[in-house]
Amino acid sequence: MKALITAFASGLLFGFGLLVSGMNNPAKVRGFLDIFGDWQPALIAVMGGAVTLFAMTYALSQKQSKPWFSERFHVPALNRIDIRLLAGASLFGLGWGLVGLCPGPALVNIASLDMRVLGFVAMVLIGNRLAHHLIGPVKNPG
Amino acid sequence: MLYELLGGLLIGAAASLLWLGVGRISGMTGVLSSLFMLTRNEQWRRRGWALAFFMGLVVAYPIYMLSGGEAPIEMSDNALLWASAGLIVGFGTYLGNGCTSGHGVCGMGRMSLRSVVATVTFIATGVLTVAIMNMLEVGA
Repeated sequence: MKALITAFASGLLFGFGLLVSGMNNPAKVRGFLDIFGDWQPALIAVMGGAVTLFAMTYALSQKQSKPWFSERFHVPALNRIDIRLLAGASLFGLGWGLVGLCPGPALVNIASLDMRVLGFVAMVLIGNRLAHHLIGPVKNPG
Repeated sequence: MLYELLGGLLIGAAASLLWLGVGRISGMTGVLSSLFMLTRNEQWRRRGWALAFFMGLVVAYPIYMLSGGEAPIEMSDNALLWASAGLIVGFGTYLGNGCTSGHGVCGMGRMSLRSVVATVTFIATGVLTVAIMNMLEVGA
């Protein structure tokens, strides 16, 4: 139960972060990606702040044998840099650039009930399941 | 730039809380895939955190709005554009096992080479996509 409450609080904080920073606004994200045009670099601070803080936490957690409310740290098993990773990341960047929405901001915007956001989220789910059925999860991670 | 930094720190704090408390990477792609796994009962113990995280994420918007926050959503009205973008994002993030949160924030924070490569790649293709659309004067 404590783990679930912690996860809920984390989601809430994450959502506030996306909203406060303006990362939830597709036009702002596209402005950030528009390096060769009217570049709006402010969103660098979002990634800079988030990565720096998490990097410190992660380093500290190395001294901890397990998380507060669960059995173990689930360190991602995948380390491979292969064609699957490159293809996936390339496609994701393409879709991200097209409208300026990535999964986190899209999910945060659900409660706006904006039809465009809801449509986008529905298509993300369909894309996720399509890849799951056509290609499937990575075999033999690690 | 102050709000962007504050937002980034909140996201970093959120990712830290989930890691230290539950031992999970706060990646949206992983959350979505985990939600699909919850259709099987035996997965609830292992993946229940994803639903709790998702619920927190979704209620952030109404709470933020009710407390006087402003969060405009300016995006294309072209249904074909956002529908295809969504499909490509869903497919690509599944294939690459992560997006801006999992690879971009957590993976980069862990100094995982795989995540650094993924992040550089998706930012590069994102930049390229916007540049090409501007060149062709395709509205978004």
